[in-house]
Amino acid sequence: MGRFVIRRLLQMIPVFLGTTFLIFFMVHMLPGDPVRAMWGDKAVDPAQLASIRHNLGLDKPWYEQYLTYMGHLFQGDFGTTMGNRKVLDVITEALPVTVRLALLAFVFEIVLGVTIGLFAGLRRGKSFDKGTLILTLLLISIPVPVLGFIFQTVFATQLRWVTPTVQDSMNIGQLVLPALVLGSLSLAYVARLTRTSIVENIRADYIRTAVAKGLPRRKVIGTHLLRNSMIPVVTFLGTDLGALMGGAIVTEGIFNVKGVGNALYHAINLNEGATISGFVVVLVLVYLAASLIVDLLYAVLDPRIRYA
Amino acid sequence: MTTVTEKADSGERLAPGTPLLEVRDLHVEFVTRDGIAKAVNGVNYSVAAGETLAVLGESGSGKSVTAQTIMGILDMPPGRVTSGEILFRGQDMLKMSNEERRKIRGRKIAMIFQDALSSLNPVLSVGYQLGEMFRVHQGASRKEAKAKAIELMDRVRIPAAAQRVNDYPHQFSGGMRQRIMIAMALALEPDLIIADEPTTALDVTVQAQVMDLLAELQAEYNMGLILITHDLGVVADVADKIAVMYAGRIVETAPVHELYASPAHPYTKGLLRSIPRLDQKGQDLYAIKGLPPNLLKVPAGCAFNPRCDIATDLCRTEIPALHQVADKDGAELAGRRSACHLWKETLHG
Repeated sequence: MGRFVIRRLLQMIPVFLGTTFLIFFMVHMLPGDPVRAMWGDKAVDPAQLASIRHNLGLDKPWYEQYLTYMGHLFQGDFGTTMGNRKVLDVITEALPVTVRLALLAFVFEIVLGVTIGLFAGLRRGKSFDKGTLILTLLLISIPVPVLGFIFQTVFATQLRWVTPTVQDSMNIGQLVLPALVLGSLSLAYVARLTRTSIVENIRADYIRTAVAKGLPRRKVIGTHLLRNSMIPVVTFLGTDLGALMGGAIVTEGIFNVKGVGNALYHAINLNEGATISGFVVVLVLVYLAASLIVDLLYAVLDPRIRYA
Repeated sequence: MTTVTEKADSGERLAPGTPLLEVRDLHVEFVTRDGIAKAVNGVNYSVAAGETLAVLGESGSGKSVTAQTIMGILDMPPGRVTSGEILFRGQDMLKMSNEERRKIRGRKIAMIFQDALSSLNPVLSVGYQLGEMFRVHQGASRKEAKAKAIELMDRVRIPAAAQRVNDYPHQFSGGMRQRIMIAMALALEPDLIIADEPTTALDVTVQAQVMDLLAELQAEYNMGLILITHDLGVVADVADKIAVMYAGRIVETAPVHELYASPAHPYTKGLLRSIPRLDQKGQDLYAIKGLPPNLLKVPAGCAFNPRCDIATDLCRTEIPALHQVADKDGAELAGRRSACHLWKETLHG
C-alpha cells in the first residue's frame, strides 16, 4: 500500500512536467503580443517595447523562458500578471470559490445521482426508471448555458428564491443554484452509471446468496449490492472532480461567480501567459490528486484490485 | 462448540415419520417474451431429517427451479408459482409472509450453490460473510461473529482458519471456497440443506472430499439434505433416495441402489448407460438421442417420447401417471415410482 502510493506519487512527476510544458508551449504560441496589447490602439516607440520585453525576459527563446518559469514555480513563485499582480494572489482569491462550487456540485452529483440511480435500478422497467432515463437524457442533451438560463428564469425571475447572479462568491447559499447547473450533467451520468451497475449486479449470484442467507432487504442492498455497484461510479467521480474544477468557466460566467473559470477567462482574453499557466498547474495538481484518491478508493471497494 | 442437543429454537419435535419438507404438486412457470415456459409441472417429493434426497436431471429439467422455489429465492417476476404446496414442518411456506420466510432462510433451510466464486461476494472477506449469519439472525457482535466464523472454518477443515478469516473469496482455491459455502449453510445448524450442484465446478479429486465433508456434517447434525445434481457418480455414495426429473416432472423415484441396479424409466436407463466406464474403453460413449425439450412447447404425452426408443402411440398422446412400481410377482416395491406407461417392460424386459 505504502509502496503503491509512493510509486503513484513518483508517476505524477513526469505527468506534471509534461502538462506544464504543453500549456507553457501553447500559451507561447498564442497569437498576439501581450506587451503591445498594453497600449491598445495607441502608437508606441519600438525601443520602449523592446526594453519592456527585455525586462520581462520575453526576448529570450521560449525554452529558456520555460526553464526560468519552472525554476520559479518550484520555489512557489507563480510569476506576476501584466498588471504587476502576483499570480499566486489571483489564484488564492479565485480557487476557494471554485473549490466550494465544485464540491457543492460534487455532493449533488453523489447524493442525488446515486440515490436516483439506485432506485431506478431497483425498479427497472417501472415508471420511475423510465422517468429517470428520460430526465437524464434531457440533462445530457441540454447545453449548460441553456440549462443555466432556464434555472435563472425559473428560480430567480419567476419564483424569486434567489438572485439571478451571485452577489457574494464565497456565500455557499448563493452557490447552490450554480452548483446544481454545474453538476447537472455529471449527475445525469452518475445516475445512469449507478442504475446500469445496480441492474447488472442485482442478478449476480452473490446477491442470490445474500437473499438465501435470510438477510433483510436493506442489508442485501446496502451491504452487498451497493458496494459492488459503486466501482464504475467511483471511477467517473474521480475524473469528474477535476473536470468540475476546470469546467466551471461557463457556469461561473452565467452566474457571475468570481472563481477559477472567471479568472481564467479574463486571463485568456488578456493573453496573460503566467496567469493561464499558473491556473493550469493548480488544476493539474487537483486532477492528479483526485485520480490518486480514486485508485486508493478502488482498493477499499474491491480487494481483487491489487496494488501490483 | 454447540452440539445438536443444545440447538436453540429448532422448534417442536417432529412426529416420527413426518417429513421435514414436503413438496406437493408444485407448478412453476416463467413468463417470457415468447410465451409461458412451464419449468415445474407438478413435482412431489419429501425429505425427512437425516435423509438425503438426490434430485437428478439435465439442465432445464426444473430441479434448480424447484429448489429456488423452496428457498424463496426465485426471481418473481418472471417466475411464478401457479399451484402447489411446500410444507416445512407441516406449514405451507407459500402462504407465509415475506418476513416469515426470510427468518426460515439461512436459519432453518440453507442453500449451497454451484459456483462458490460467483456465489460469494467478491468484495467482502469470508469472515464477514460467515459472521453475517450470526449478526443478522442472532444479533451477535462483530467480535463474536468473527470468532464463530473462525470456528466454522475450522469445522469445514480450512487450514489456518484464524489467519485466513480476513481473506477474500478470490484468495481461496475452488475446494476451499466451496467449504466456505458449506460453512455458511451450516452456520445456524439448519434443519435442511439444499445443495445445488455443490461439486460441479470442482476438480474430481476435490469433489469427493467436499461430498464426503457434506455427508459427514449432515449425519453429525441429523439434517435433511436435498442434493441437486446431474452427476450420477456424485449421488451413489451419499444419497438415500433419488428423484429423476425431466421437463419439469419427476419421472422416477427410487432408493438409490435399486435405481442403479434396475431403472424403471427409459430416461433413467439412458442416463445410466451414458456414464463413462473404464471397462468400456475404446467404445463410443452412449448418448441419449435428441435434446431436452423446449419448455415453451413441451411435446404432447410423455415429454420424453421423441427421445425414447420404446415410445408407443400412447406415449405420444397421454401424459403417464407416476405409477407405483412392482416386482415380477406383482409385489409393490417400497418408494419406487415411474412415470412411464411401459415401466414393466423397462424394469423387467
